Amino acid sequence: MKVAFRIWRQDNPNEKGGFKEYQVDNLNADMSFLEALDHLNELLVLRNEKVVAFEYDCREGICGQCGVFINGRAHGPHDNVTTCQLHMRSFQDGETIVIEPWRAKSFPVIKDLIVDRSAFDRIIEQGGYISAKTGTAPEANAIPIGKEISDRAMDAAACIGCGACVATCKNSSAALFTSAKINHLNLLPQGQPEAYRRVIEMTAQMAKEGFGHCTFTGACEVECPEGISITNIAEMNARYFKAKIFS
Amino acid sequence: MKLDTKIPQGKLEEKWRNYQVKSKLINPANKKKLNVIVVGSGLSGAGAAATLAELGYDVQCFCYQDSARRAHSVAAQGGINAAKNYQHDGDSVWRMFYDTLKGGDFRSREANTYRLAELSAPLIDHFTQQGVPFAREYGGVLVNRSFGGVQVQRTFYARGQTGKQLLLAAYSQLSKMIRAKKVSMFPRKEMLDLVVIDGKAKGIIVRDLVSGDIQRYAADTVVLATGGYSRVFRLSTMAIGCNGSAIWKAHKKGAFFAAPSFTQIHPTALPQSSEAQSKLTLMSESLRNDGRIWVPLKKGDSRKANEIPEEERDYYLERRYPSFGNLAPRDIASRAAKERIDAGYGVGRLKNAVYLDFKHAIKQFGLETIKDRYGNLFTMYQKITGVDAYTKPMQISPAAHFSMGGLWVDYELMTTIPGLYAIGECNFSDHGANRLGANSLLQASVDGYFILPNTINNYLASEIKETTVDTDHPAFFEVEKEVKEYIQQILSIDGNKTVDHFHRELGKVMWQECAMSRNKTGLEKAITQINKIKESFWSDVKVTGHSLELNTELEKALRLADFIELGLLMCTDALEREESCGAHFREEYQTADGEAVRLDDQYAYVSAWEYSNGDFKLHKEELEFEFVKPTVRSYK
Ligand SMILES: Cc1cc2nc3c(=O)[nH]c(=O)nc-3n(C[C@H](O)[C@H](O)[C@H](O)COP(=O)(O)OP(=O)(O)OC[C@H]3O[C@@H](n4cnc5c(N)ncnc54)[C@H](O)[C@@H]3O)c2cc1C
Ligand code: FES
Repeated sequence: MKVAFRIWRQDNPNEKGGFKEYQVDNLNADMSFLEALDHLNELLVLRNEKVVAFEYDCREGICGQCGVFINGRAHGPHDNVTTCQLHMRSFQDGETIVIEPWRAKSFPVIKDLIVDRSAFDRIIEQGGYISAKTGTAPEANAIPIGKEISDRAMDAAACIGCGACVATCKNSSAALFTSAKINHLNLLPQGQPEAYRRVIEMTAQMAKEGFGHCTFTGACEVECPEGISITNIAEMNARYFKAKIFS
Repeated sequence: MKLDTKIPQGKLEEKWRNYQVKSKLINPANKKKLNVIVVGSGLSGAGAAATLAELGYDVQCFCYQDSARRAHSVAAQGGINAAKNYQHDGDSVWRMFYDTLKGGDFRSREANTYRLAELSAPLIDHFTQQGVPFAREYGGVLVNRSFGGVQVQRTFYARGQTGKQLLLAAYSQLSKMIRAKKVSMFPRKEMLDLVVIDGKAKGIIVRDLVSGDIQRYAADTVVLATGGYSRVFRLSTMAIGCNGSAIWKAHKKGAFFAAPSFTQIHPTALPQSSEAQSKLTLMSESLRNDGRIWVPLKKGDSRKANEIPEEERDYYLERRYPSFGNLAPRDIASRAAKERIDAGYGVGRLKNAVYLDFKHAIKQFGLETIKDRYGNLFTMYQKITGVDAYTKPMQISPAAHFSMGGLWVDYELMTTIPGLYAIGECNFSDHGANRLGANSLLQASVDGYFILPNTINNYLASEIKETTVDTDHPAFFEVEKEVKEYIQQILSIDGNKTVDHFHRELGKVMWQECAMSRNKTGLEKAITQINKIKESFWSDVKVTGHSLELNTELEKALRLADFIELGLLMCTDALEREESCGAHFREEYQTADGEAVRLDDQYAYVSAWEYSNGDFKLHKEELEFEFVKPTVRSYK
């Protein structure tokens, strides 16, 4: 199999950057997309060129470190998968594949396809936790939690923090990410004592980081590798108003 | 040097309490003045960093990923064990301790293993409090399932993403302490060397992976929590960035390396499909609760799985191990798969796999129940292979997965370098020659949350009186200079082969000779081959770009250079141990029907290797079994 990769190259945050095209052959359909990029990088090394910088770690769709725009879509042509789970069988022989980094003001490019998503960490630092010290826990079964609630918390907790939701949103909103985090904890009895504070402080940080407002286009849930539903955003908004009134 | 394990006196169930009673305390005002470096933000590192910060220490935490939340603990699927006995099926701390010791084929310490079991129940309480959405019954209580090597149900889980949920909880606690300004978090910084001053660990040298700067960090004590090193095989279930560099550099500075060759090969990963493959994906062992493993009875049977009738299928685990069946421990299940595949019964395009079939379970429990239990694993399987495993059996194959070996630590989790601790997968402590499924999330968490925060004070109490060293100490400049020169040396080779090329070569040798079964001739050959790879790496590798920039190729080269040396030590260790135990199967030591022959009178010790001028010197920590009698490990 043979393809042309048209890749965004940008040496550092201050450089302007631009596309460069690479012909790559000797690929096969069972290769993952990232393995095809590895292959390109080996060719580049042997041609004495700098490799394309791109991110990954687990390569099984769970760490959230990978993520690029492929032919205009976050994480490539399929719904609800990560870039590392994409295989070359999803492309045509001879196809030109355009690869860009996440584009969002709050995710500045570091190099080539790598962006800085530390804004997500700072949102979590504003309350994405339960303030209980190690050593203070009651017996686990002392507080029963119904399966429905526990399952809903689990659905929200599944977020891998890859940033596809932000990258795909025309407003670069981080509402899906932030709402998933808030709802996970606020649904559980253990999260109640800080529920109001959590929603107010985390949403404030989201705004401070420069993420845009959510206008419910629904683009995010299509790209989310965990299929996190946008009803989470509505739920967050409801929690926000409740917190504003009662806190 | 006599290895002092520092195991406290007393009955097994009293040891940990006795230890805590006697351990030195530090008052809160003094804790503030003490700095701790934690390298790693997985379950062990994040747990330790957050808890030490809660206790009042000043903590600096490092990881190589862009965020602490991505440490490879995130990838664990199946679950975490705890002796809660919620299922009322006869579980207890003692039984869990015994299962773990036996599972490890009596090559771990009684005292450590007991403590692991003892602290398991409070850990589930802890994680529940932190908001981990563990699976629950309709009535609201926690659910359990079974894992390999045990006959009770003691595994807690969060859908198929237990590790991720536990790690996110640990990361949330870490975030809380970052906000409280008690932890300084340094993502994208990779430890490249350890700084030892007057025999004590006092700091680290890191490379900032964005700018490429080499930087010095000092502290009163250093904790390594850098995870497993199975990427030495290249193809493994580990993340691509997982490395052995931090512990390897510590080893070269004097930390003994224990049982390096004890590597767990997991029986249920997805088979390799091409030469270009960069990693193997694990399918959780929990699938063996309901899935049945088989190969065709007929050699080279080319029919599709669903066309092969029941009576022409060989459920070889059920056949060979009737009492544990598909839940036989990992080493045994992997070896049994290898045996069938090597004998020509393998399935799949490359004939390198066996079937894992849910047909019976779906019939018995219904599709919905199976979906609820394993839904995301089936989805993952579909995404990777394009096959719907609800209608066709999965194809699975053994893969390198977990390092039981690691830095030698005593009961306090301190290495042989005073002030240097190793926690989580990067140490050798509780799993002996084979780790039981769902015991390592437990070990990493317990090490970080409960044990280290209660042992580190015993060392730091005497450090208060010492003058704190800072990064202007000449020793820091010296190591920094060495690191810079080392990097320049790699960059200047300018050969004609890529880093990946050498990694593939190393991986092939390691997988061939130092994985599921090993023999003297093979290991000796492997040592010669790895030495050649090493030589060739240092004369032919090519790394483009320069040091003062984000350079992923350089990162890979630095990690591989250490893996090559580590590979040599692993083969040396496997060669030295002339017996079969757990994951270490020496072909020369087996019974007529292929079961392992363990030689307790000669090898009931932990090998602890000292690095001396490029050579390895063996020390032995004799294992004393005071409370249980090692038996032949049988799962028949
Ligand atoms: C696919 C898979 C599934 C698993 N499933 C289970 C399961 O179901 N149950 C179970 O009990 N166990 C399971 N395990 C094992 C378990 O997940 C690990 O043993 C455990 O999570 C290890 O935690 P850790 O904290 O020691 O290391 P990790 O979580 O690997 O963390 C290592 C940390 O060290 C950092 N680091 C590494 N090197 C450096 C360096 N040089 N400089 C700076 N930072 C560095 C990394 O950035 C990372 O933060 C599984 C493992 C795998 C791979
Ligand atoms: S590399 Fe971890 S999600 Fe893709």
